[in-house]
Amino acid sequence: MKAAVLVFPGSNCDHDMYYALEKGIGADVEFVRHTEKSVAEYDAIFIPGGFSYGDYLRSGAIARFAPVMESVVEEAEKGKPVLGVCNGFQVLLEAGLLPGAMKRNKDLKFICRQVELRVEENSSLFTQDYQAGETIKVPVAHGDGNYYCDDETLASLKENGQIVFTYEDDVNGSRAGIAGIRNQAGNVLGMMPHPERAVEELLGSKDGLALFESMYKHWRESRVVTT
Amino acid sequence: MKKVHVYVTLKEGVLDPQGSAVARSLHALGYDEVQEVSVGKWIVVEVEEGPNLEARVTEMCEKLLCNPVIEDYSFSVEEAVSS
Repeated sequence: MKAAVLVFPGSNCDHDMYYALEKGIGADVEFVRHTEKSVAEYDAIFIPGGFSYGDYLRSGAIARFAPVMESVVEEAEKGKPVLGVCNGFQVLLEAGLLPGAMKRNKDLKFICRQVELRVEENSSLFTQDYQAGETIKVPVAHGDGNYYCDDETLASLKENGQIVFTYEDDVNGSRAGIAGIRNQAGNVLGMMPHPERAVEELLGSKDGLALFESMYKHWRESRVVTT
Repeated sequence: MKKVHVYVTLKEGVLDPQGSAVARSLHALGYDEVQEVSVGKWIVVEVEEGPNLEARVTEMCEKLLCNPVIEDYSFSVEEAVSS
């Protein structure tokens, strides 16, 4: 699986993502800078956490217009798997690939700790190796993780099974406890918690690994069908 | 040259965690008359004069300066002091 890890000025989880993909599932990983024009040659695209462009204006607002993003949107619309973690999720929201927006955490503090997540569905390419309803431990590290969407959007997220992860406890004030959502087609996932920081017991949890394994399995199976 | 003042605020009905923290703090200081506080952004854009100034600024707001999912914006145009 050829994986692209995007790098914006201010990305800081790009190496963690690279590590998780290389050590976790043996992917052929490359960093792709924000100035590149195309991500078409990769099988999956990963937008890492950090503070792209210093989080100026709004988290993800400026990264969303980086040259590389045009190709990311194009590939996402074609159905290529795209995972955005933390700042990556914020970029996906700003780019309109996922619905809603992020606000400051309800208590205004930067939260950096392990949290418990509930896996709401295991029918997507990102979660097939989890059990639906399972509780997993994954760290969060964010200041703007308070997910917001209007009532109508929330109802449609629920109806289409697009809510993938929820917080077991109220961590940041997110609507409906939302920690991660996917698009309607199911190939774009955005989540605030960091699965790439939970791929080995030494890191405190390896519950994030199944997400990458699910993606790898999906890629392998899709290849069998096409060749 | 014109100076455009863009004001970005959270939409009405969207809980404003910064605003409520400031309101609590003002109450703690004894300003009991404070009913509500909202915190927003003020962005000053200096632009060359052109025929579509307002339409162009509206576009800037909707594309980048404001996130219409959670924010509202307004702007006013001021003659800038000539340099």
